[in-house]
Amino acid sequence: MIDYVVSKSNYWIYVVLMMIGFYAMISKKNLIRKLIGLNIFQTAVILFFISTGVKKGATIPIAFHEKGEIIRAIEALQYTNPLPHVLMLTAIVVMISTTGVALSIVIKIYDAYKTIEEDEIPDKEE
Amino acid sequence: MAEHFPILVVIIPIMASFIILLLWRTKHRYEWHITTAATFLSFLISLSLLNTVFLSGPIRYWLGGWEPPWGIEYVVDSFSGYVLVVVTLVSFVTSVFAAKSVKKEAGEGRTVSFFALYSLLAGGLYGIIVTGDLFNLYVFLEISSLAGYALVGVGKKKRAIVASYNYLILGTIGATLYLIGVGQLYIMTGTLNMADLSQKLPAIFESKVIIAAFALFIVGLSIKMALFPFHAWLPDAHGLAPSVISPILSACVIEVAAYAMMRVMFTVYTPAFVFKVVPAKEVFLLGGGVAMLVGSYLTLAQTDIKRMLAYSSVGQMGYIILGLSFANHTGLVGSIVHIFSHAILKASLFLVAGSLIYKTGITEISRLKGMGKKMPLSMATFTIGALGMIGIPLTTGFISEWKLALGALEAGKWFIVPVILLSALLNAVYFGRVIEIVWFKTDEEEGHGHKEIGKHEKTSIDEAPLSLVLPPFILVSLSIIFGIGAFIPVTLAEKAASMLLGMP
Repeated sequence: MIDYVVSKSNYWIYVVLMMIGFYAMISKKNLIRKLIGLNIFQTAVILFFISTGVKKGATIPIAFHEKGEIIRAIEALQYTNPLPHVLMLTAIVVMISTTGVALSIVIKIYDAYKTIEEDEIPDKEE
Repeated sequence: MAEHFPILVVIIPIMASFIILLLWRTKHRYEWHITTAATFLSFLISLSLLNTVFLSGPIRYWLGGWEPPWGIEYVVDSFSGYVLVVVTLVSFVTSVFAAKSVKKEAGEGRTVSFFALYSLLAGGLYGIIVTGDLFNLYVFLEISSLAGYALVGVGKKKRAIVASYNYLILGTIGATLYLIGVGQLYIMTGTLNMADLSQKLPAIFESKVIIAAFALFIVGLSIKMALFPFHAWLPDAHGLAPSVISPILSACVIEVAAYAMMRVMFTVYTPAFVFKVVPAKEVFLLGGGVAMLVGSYLTLAQTDIKRMLAYSSVGQMGYIILGLSFANHTGLVGSIVHIFSHAILKASLFLVAGSLIYKTGITEISRLKGMGKKMPLSMATFTIGALGMIGIPLTTGFISEWKLALGALEAGKWFIVPVILLSALLNAVYFGRVIEIVWFKTDEEEGHGHKEIGKHEKTSIDEAPLSLVLPPFILVSLSIIFGIGAFIPVTLAEKAASMLLGMP
């Protein structure tokens, strides 16, 4: 059992982190805390992607050059797949933009209602 | 030039968005002109693409010349070409409407940023439709959603900004679930290209990872398309958004999410997986049926016209999902025609609501008395649109519901036909109420003796400007044209459905 958990530790950590973020989004009433929950949620997924690309003792996927010629192409078994990392660069950009938009929306909410506590914002238009 | 059309249709609106921002500080800011020109160009290109697809088969465009499993591929086939024409048409017509409305609702100073975001939203939507790569789809989903969150917040009512926040949180959860699904597929197959995935997946259909990824895709995209249990964000966001944005959200954004779901279901996972390995039929039957009834039922209680139209979208999404549950060609044709029908009708209804708000500022249904005499053309448009939503013959709404009912009978699920009829009846009740108030009730009927004499002159015609009346009118005319010439959308949808189901 322990071995099973440890061998897949990256997946366990990502799911636990994701659920922490999910819990924060559901239970916290403060809009900024909800937003932090959302960030943890997204970061967990980024961790998931990154961890799938990890390989012990692997090298970079660059062919060896000498005098402008490829002397040795690298074996697929030897390098770390860079694609999950590249995808996550895009996902991080998406995450940052989401956070930026969300923070500016929170500022607007504060301007309108003078509070960022969800239960202090009236349900209906007054 | 023509071979670059699949990328141009996406690039033009996104570039337009940047050009609008660059011209911000200069003397000549043609933000509206640029947006309208960009969406119009995209519309023309998408028509040409659909024509090419129909005549000579799917178009595959390799981005930067990189061969598919490694590079990103854009695919325009009979399904994406069809949806692309619908979405570009609605976004173009809405941007024509935007000229006057935005100035009034967003304020003179905010038009530049508004139109920049509008173009970005349009570009993101077109991108979702043409892309043939799962991760690229995620990026476009987020581009369009982020622009959408910001645009909802522009709404005039104070609460719009709260609606925008809730939409952002739920929308991001949906997109993130989708992203986990993409990751799981990538771990298992090492590819992100949809066509390549559909080749590699059948060997590992029984794998738990693949089934879990399917569930994540469906739940994530259900949140984006506001399918019934996940609809909580929709009424606020669609109801409180500016008049120009509500039609785009209701007619394009959730439809495109439905499109993405069908893409994932049929192109990535094949029909063999969806209908045999997982109990998708039962889930969609239940989900679609409940969404139709509950959505229509919740609509009955609404007193605000835009909120009513927003709730009605929840029910209409149920129709689209229901068509998928029959696992046959006719049902899928019903779903695909319903995407077209709902898009043009709901957009025209929201646009009429927008011109009503522009002219009078009224949003409560009970205060619309005598509006039929005051704004006859707008209200006639609204009435035709409402009849289309109910599914009266000679409109596109009828064709899709007819096809759905036929699909249900073909699948042996006769008990769903009364549900479709009941939902149409509920539609008739809530739209009928508005139509009755608009045409057959006048202010005088109230009988309050103490009315001032001047107020009786309200019956004179006081129509909204032509640029606000014409766009929704064009859309409902199309609904009637294609309701009578039903063979055009049906032939296109049949071709798309055959392609999705992998039938010759």
